Amino acid sequence: MSIGHTLLGLLEKGPRHGYDLKRAYDERFGQDRPLHYGQVYTTLSRLLRNGLVEEAGVESGDGPERKRYAITDAGVTDVEQWLGTPEKPEPYLQNTLYAKVVLALLSGRNADDVLDVQRAAHLGTMRALTKRKADGDLADQLICDHALFHLEADLRWLELTAARLGQLSAQLAGVGR
Amino acid sequence: MTALLEAVDLRKSFGPTPALDGAGLSVRAGEVVAVMGPSGSGKSTLLHCMAGILTPDSGVVRYRDVELSAMPDGRRSELRRTDFGFVFQFGQLVPELSCLENVALPLRLGGLKRRPAEARAREWLDRLEVADVADKRPGETSGGQGQRVAVARALVTGPRVVFADEPTGALDSLNGERVMQLLTTAAKETNAAVVLVTHEARVAAYSDREVVVRDGRSREVEPAR
Repeated sequence: MSIGHTLLGLLEKGPRHGYDLKRAYDERFGQDRPLHYGQVYTTLSRLLRNGLVEEAGVESGDGPERKRYAITDAGVTDVEQWLGTPEKPEPYLQNTLYAKVVLALLSGRNADDVLDVQRAAHLGTMRALTKRKADGDLADQLICDHALFHLEADLRWLELTAARLGQLSAQLAGVGR
Repeated sequence: MTALLEAVDLRKSFGPTPALDGAGLSVRAGEVVAVMGPSGSGKSTLLHCMAGILTPDSGVVRYRDVELSAMPDGRRSELRRTDFGFVFQFGQLVPELSCLENVALPLRLGGLKRRPAEARAREWLDRLEVADVADKRPGETSGGQGQRVAVARALVTGPRVVFADEPTGALDSLNGERVMQLLTTAAKETNAAVVLVTHEARVAAYSDREVVVRDGRSREVEPAR
């Protein structure tokens, strides 16, 4: 999953410091693999270098000073492009898709669009495989079928998610920031 | 290329519930279009409106540039017999007739004599690889065979548009795929358009493009790249 895009998506709600971002990421997407602090700060410095985030003041408290980061206009455009680009159809991409759907909902964008774009990409690949199957021998058919069944499983998940967007949206609103 | 069959901004309610809320679809000759969407999204209602089985509350369906709603009922029924073919999930064959008689039926209703009608029906059963069930009744065939007979019956009149509503819904994968192969190949060979309602992606993959119906509205997403 693209950590950079995910952090950018989380920053759309408002400026945050690195620790806060890590917590938000882990809470929503890091069930199996929470982020290391190192990952957060290297990603943030790359985003900073590329002009996708900017420093937005320093938070001082009892501990060490903490920089806050804000997303720039270029960063918002980058997130939008990422959400609008289908993932390469292949098995087991649900994590990225889930993150895209959640971020679209959190930012008030249309999550149906994310799902529709992905469905079109999946069906495009499935169409090509179906054609190859029609022209191929039995081995070809079996290989294509394996891919087709995996892609179909993804699509069923997409449909199920599309049907539950309202519910997910309500639940996310309850999770807080 | 111009549309053979076109639906624009269709609205249709059953009681207080809108089934279609501004749906549209345009189909060209020789094209297979999948209509996808969750249960209750309105995809079957869209098909029924486009086939002239249901009349939309508002919006327009045009077949060869003529509005269906402007046609007299008799002309619409004739169109369904001559220019449209139908394949449903099940229950479409007459149980008392043999499979051959079932396939010949639309031709007989169109006034063709028994012998030439049955000769043509036999050709189509052969093409759908079910010549061996010609003399059996539908109840004596397997699901896959019965559905191939139904496809033969839908295609025997040389329709310009075939409406297929979950045509493989009651079949296992292997039979479903074979029916889709035979249906789409035969449609391409005769340059017929197919409006294919399905919720199964592997079935939709036999189409040239897809539209998604959700909450009574249709949407087409251009494939990226």
